[in-house]
Amino acid sequence: MAFGMYLVIFFIFGALCIAGALNLLLQRHPINSALSLIVVMTSLAVLYLLLGAEFLAAAQVIVYSGAIMVLFTFVIMLLNAGEEERTRGSRAAYLVGFPGVAALLGLLTYIFLSVRMPLGNAQLGGGTLVTTSDLSRVLFRDLLLPFEVTSILILVAILGAVTLARKEES
Amino acid sequence: MVVPIAYYLVLSAILFSIGVAAFLIKRNIITVFMSIELMLNAVNLTFVAFAHQWHQVSGQIFVFFVMVVAAAEAAVGLAIIIAIFRARNTLNVDQVNLMKL
Repeated sequence: MAFGMYLVIFFIFGALCIAGALNLLLQRHPINSALSLIVVMTSLAVLYLLLGAEFLAAAQVIVYSGAIMVLFTFVIMLLNAGEEERTRGSRAAYLVGFPGVAALLGLLTYIFLSVRMPLGNAQLGGGTLVTTSDLSRVLFRDLLLPFEVTSILILVAILGAVTLARKEES
Repeated sequence: MVVPIAYYLVLSAILFSIGVAAFLIKRNIITVFMSIELMLNAVNLTFVAFAHQWHQVSGQIFVFFVMVVAAAEAAVGLAIIIAIFRARNTLNVDQVNLMKL
């Protein structure tokens, strides 16, 4: 594939990401926000593929757009969440929050673009594609203990979720 | 032309900032929770970009663990949201301002 294609694909899916995130911010109904978040996550999976992370691209689609967002839409429908009420948010959020967010974005963008040359370019080929076997070699040999500890974390999370969401018997 | 790594980092900064803004101005507790997921995704993109740049696998391992923790967090968080809704009959964060009913 020609290198120009990478730039085109990056801009298409990067624009899709930003559009989805802005749509999450602007929509008032939670189900619309959830669906636009799915768009963001699926486009991010394509960007992971561009960066040579094939396992993470699959995991992103399965875990994030599949499991987590289905859970979100399930809860939105279970609670019958309607349109967000228009209330005045706290003044601090508007007075400090927005200038703070703009300053953060400006600072990060300035730093990243000023060190653009030393950071180099992303290109596939030449052994930069991390295959699933490379990943599993590190995960199951060097990091086996943290991997097993996460299974305990998930077990605790399941028990906590069941306990919290259960109806009180009174 | 290849894609500079800085472009990926700028994209992730934009996504993170939108996530912070959504966290601040959204009033629905589920949407606030979704903006946290958006911020986690933005940070994941940074990890993958740096892992690609340094030819390291550990960056991708980090993203894997972030995904696992995010899944656990989503399950517990949504259970808490269901419990809040049962107790107060509202999802508006402005009306959830008392520790005890």
